[in-house]
Amino acid sequence: MEYTNLAYVLASVLFILGIKKLSSPKTARTGNTISSIGMLIAIIATMTSFELLDFKLIAIGIIIGAIIGATFAIRIEMTQMPQMVAIFNGFGGGASALVAAAEFFSKYGTSEQTMFLTGTIILSIFIGTLTLTGSFIAFGKLQGFISGQPIVFSGQQVLNAFIVVALIGLGTYVTIGGVEEMNMFYIVILLAAILGITLTIPIGGADMPVVISLLNSYSGLAAASTGFVLMNNALIISGALVGASGLILTNIMCKGMNRSLANVIFGAVGLQIKSNSGEAKQLNIKSSSTDEAAMILDAADKVIIVPGYGLAVAQAQHAAREVAEQLESMGKKVLYAIHPVAGRMPGHMNVLLAEANVPYEQLKDLDQINPEFEDCDVAIVLGANDVVNPAARHDKSSPIYGMPILDVDKSRTVIINKRTMNPGFAGIQNELFGFDNSIMVFGDAKEMLTALHKDLKEL
Amino acid sequence: MDMINILTVFILAIFIGFEIITKVPPTLHTPLMSGSNAISGIAIVGAIIATKVDGEIGTWLGLIAVIFATINCVGGFMVTDRMLKMFKRK
Repeated sequence: MEYTNLAYVLASVLFILGIKKLSSPKTARTGNTISSIGMLIAIIATMTSFELLDFKLIAIGIIIGAIIGATFAIRIEMTQMPQMVAIFNGFGGGASALVAAAEFFSKYGTSEQTMFLTGTIILSIFIGTLTLTGSFIAFGKLQGFISGQPIVFSGQQVLNAFIVVALIGLGTYVTIGGVEEMNMFYIVILLAAILGITLTIPIGGADMPVVISLLNSYSGLAAASTGFVLMNNALIISGALVGASGLILTNIMCKGMNRSLANVIFGAVGLQIKSNSGEAKQLNIKSSSTDEAAMILDAADKVIIVPGYGLAVAQAQHAAREVAEQLESMGKKVLYAIHPVAGRMPGHMNVLLAEANVPYEQLKDLDQINPEFEDCDVAIVLGANDVVNPAARHDKSSPIYGMPILDVDKSRTVIINKRTMNPGFAGIQNELFGFDNSIMVFGDAKEMLTALHKDLKEL
Repeated sequence: MDMINILTVFILAIFIGFEIITKVPPTLHTPLMSGSNAISGIAIVGAIIATKVDGEIGTWLGLIAVIFATINCVGGFMVTDRMLKMFKRK
């Protein structure tokens, strides 16, 4: 047993080193390999140190899991990463809950069934099951199996509150009084499963980045609580790392939208019809063509590209990179401005651009890029809307007031590409489109960029 | 004493987590998520131990847990590697 625990310490150290190497894209890939070696060590140490293990059964499980996991990993499109992470969170939470349940059945009625054991088992099943069902709902919403719109019904909050109170009450009762009836145990599982669903369905598609991050955190906490059940340091340390990671990302996503976590979870944003459109000011929009845009770009020295999710939807990342390369060959400095909530999960837009071979040094986050707009000649906004709306800075009545935005309007000229004049997620008109230094180029992002590339070459 | 020990480990690990994860740049947040997803597949250790309860319901729960956790580990590490491969310099 001693060497098993030693191996777990080693595995934990490798996980920490692996994450540490994620601090730079240069070392990140090595870091991931280090983490996976840590996992391998933990698995081998476990397999070789416990007696009575049924190797055949475990091998079957590992092979089935490996095939499913590898298939996901190889076939997934980068735009589908949020779904994949969502469903994986679910598997992680599910695995932890199952382990805790297995432990419960094996210790049930024996002298080993202490109050601490039962308590941690209940906790682990509660978090794990909630993560499982919540993640599957999130997956369904992102994949389009379920409506991305918030699903609300009257008394939803009351129902949730009732389930939480019932779970705490039942959990405490079972922990202190010991389990008289198995039924109690099953009710805990059932309630946790329902809570995962009712907490996730009222959350709209645009808020999914927060939900995935939160569920990521839960899957870690589920692993940690299973670690308490088994008194296993490997699970506790890894679970704590993942739990912390998820919490940090949740916080970053909330800040990116200027919303509190409570508002995201209980707000059902996207459902209420914004009624302040009546006071919408008439915008004086200048619509233009790509050859005019090319001429403006020709006179520029510094260009900042602002990609929004519309760019990814139009599969126009490659076209954007080609325009950027053309501009660079003309001697211009090109940067990309990435808003924290530009994609569908933390860092999503960066991955989509990396896939299109955009060098990572050109990808700048909010804090790095905002001072750069001051001396920027042209900002090209592609399929982004709310994240460049100056109303967030000054209009207290705006629903996005206070949200950190990219200050594109400080550039000398702003070229905005959109399909139509339809407002963005927050359902509000963007005053930027009417600014004197703004020019709109309507059309599909990919077609517009291809045309712009051609016009630039023909200058 | 055991309880206090593991609680200490848990709390210290959370602090380490906060320290190292705040240093991950936003560019790598998606790989961080999928990578930490893979790490939460550490539940596989518990799942393997769970299968040893012979012929009981625990064995079957353990088997399903092994499958779930392996999906996490294998899928998580592989997709993270696939993404990180794409991050290139000029």
